[in-house]
Amino acid sequence: MANISITPGSIARPADAIPKRPNPVWLFIRTQPLGFAGLIVILAYLAAAVGAQWIAPYDPEAIDFTAMLTPPNSEHLLGTDQFGRDVFSRIVYGARTALAVGILSSLFGCTLGAIIGAASGYWGGRIDTMIQRVVDVMLSFPIIVLAMVVVAVLGKRPLLGVDMNLVAAIALPFIPKMTRIARSSTLSIAQMPYIDAARAAGYGDGRIIMRHILPNIVAPYLIMTTAFIAQAILLEASLSFLGLGVTEPTPAWGLMLSGASADFYKSAPWMILFPGLAITLAVFAFNMFGDSLRDWLDPKMRS
Amino acid sequence: MILFLVRRILLLIPTLIGVAVVTFFLIRVIPGDPVVVKLRADGAAVTEETIQAERKRLGLDKPLYAQFGDFVVGLAHGDLGNSLWTGQPVLKEIAIRFPVSLQVAIMATIIAILISVPLGILSAVYRDTWIDYVVRIIAVSGLAIPSFWLGMLMILALLSWKNWLPPIGYVSIFQDPVANLQATIMPAISVGYRYAAIATRMMRSALLEVLREDYIRTAKAKGLFQKLVVRRHALRNALLPVVTVIGLEFAFLIGGLVVTEQVFNLNGIGKLFVDATTRGDFNLIQGLVLMIAVIFILVNLVVDLLYGLLDPRIRVS
Repeated sequence: MANISITPGSIARPADAIPKRPNPVWLFIRTQPLGFAGLIVILAYLAAAVGAQWIAPYDPEAIDFTAMLTPPNSEHLLGTDQFGRDVFSRIVYGARTALAVGILSSLFGCTLGAIIGAASGYWGGRIDTMIQRVVDVMLSFPIIVLAMVVVAVLGKRPLLGVDMNLVAAIALPFIPKMTRIARSSTLSIAQMPYIDAARAAGYGDGRIIMRHILPNIVAPYLIMTTAFIAQAILLEASLSFLGLGVTEPTPAWGLMLSGASADFYKSAPWMILFPGLAITLAVFAFNMFGDSLRDWLDPKMRS
Repeated sequence: MILFLVRRILLLIPTLIGVAVVTFFLIRVIPGDPVVVKLRADGAAVTEETIQAERKRLGLDKPLYAQFGDFVVGLAHGDLGNSLWTGQPVLKEIAIRFPVSLQVAIMATIIAILISVPLGILSAVYRDTWIDYVVRIIAVSGLAIPSFWLGMLMILALLSWKNWLPPIGYVSIFQDPVANLQATIMPAISVGYRYAAIATRMMRSALLEVLREDYIRTAKAKGLFQKLVVRRHALRNALLPVVTVIGLEFAFLIGGLVVTEQVFNLNGIGKLFVDATTRGDFNLIQGLVLMIAVIFILVNLVVDLLYGLLDPRIRVS
């Protein structure tokens, strides 16, 4: 009882009765410290990706046969690979590849999935049943299998240094997942009175979907996009590791690991350790941030 | 129970047909020419003539519906065509490699169950203590570490401390169990770790949910020990979603194996798939994709049946 003190006059003032709304950014930092840490790491990766030419001390593709397999030292922070290329510089430039492919494919897959899902849930009926059957079937393929088939059929199509077909291949498995989520969100929104009102006002289906339904599924959309970026980075690394993703000499984390063949396990462990750490940390950061975003934006989605 | 089984199996038929259709069109409808990719992979000259000749040879010059007809007829006869690379029947190629992958997948599942169930229970029972935090960090890191890198780390560790490399080449477990396990245990752990992480998270959250139920409070109120409440009353209900996750992820293990088999040089389905993809062997890709999807569907069926066994309520409805 002692810690409750009421000063006379304070109750009547309405300004005190309404609690001050805390700054949302500050609230996020305070309630989701792990997510905030993830965000910091993500920002660091973004900075590395954008400013790679200033951060990396060497040209990531420059071959130097006088410095092959150098252990980490003051000149080569994380050592060099079998061609004398600086591992640190390749990791920094690799962030560019990983983030570009990861973010683009996740955005692409989620956006397409959200639109298909919203349309499917909004119209219902035969279209809905058909789309859902296709989604069911697509979900019975492991994501890497779908991606590999697309990579195999499409070949490569680089645009501004990013292989667009690789992006498409990684995006494809995310489409059915997002479709399903967007559909279930749409189903509940489509019954809201304001949708009826919009229809009564004579708006077309396209406008209702774009203006009234899609904005309401922004929260799950953002959550899934962040979560999928983590998966996309992992998938790109796996594909590149298999020799099906990014190809030499472009620096990519998975590719760096595939170059580290058995001969180098003993002589150059840094070639194996650091690129893998870069992948793990990036995926970890996006997962953490995604989880916190979910808790923060939509407590109902917590499962 | 028999009615339940029959209905579930009948429901499979449309999905299986759908999978066959999607597999067929996925390879043919995507803009891009498998023949060109294959010719490039062969190192052959890519000219209009060679493309046409190759198309004719593979039956790809026929209209799509005719190709689909051939595909369905072949499927009905259990014939998935021949590998474009070796000329062997696709089914035979798959059958040779299948036992390796299946064994690793089963071992990974066992590892995952052995890790996830106790860890998940500990984490839920000791919620918000250091035990819980440690378990959660292990689980989250399991989702972030690429399985192939984990495999490489294990090789690296064994090589630098014990100067030992896992044997290359697969021997059947019935021939030489020791050599077999030496070759398969590390791939199983590296795939199983991620699997365990997913299952641990599910175990934890499912158990936490059940522990909030009224009947748990009743059980505690009538003076039962915590251990007994968890084991007898809570665990049985909490295991349902865990069984689902383990079942679902079992099929996705095949996906994990694609990369891990490469690290350990295991000649399984995954490696076959990678080889087929790099060589542009489209018949083989088609057969493998079909098989993986069918496994997924069958595992789903088994999960549903297990569900029915574990939970009488589902059987009835």
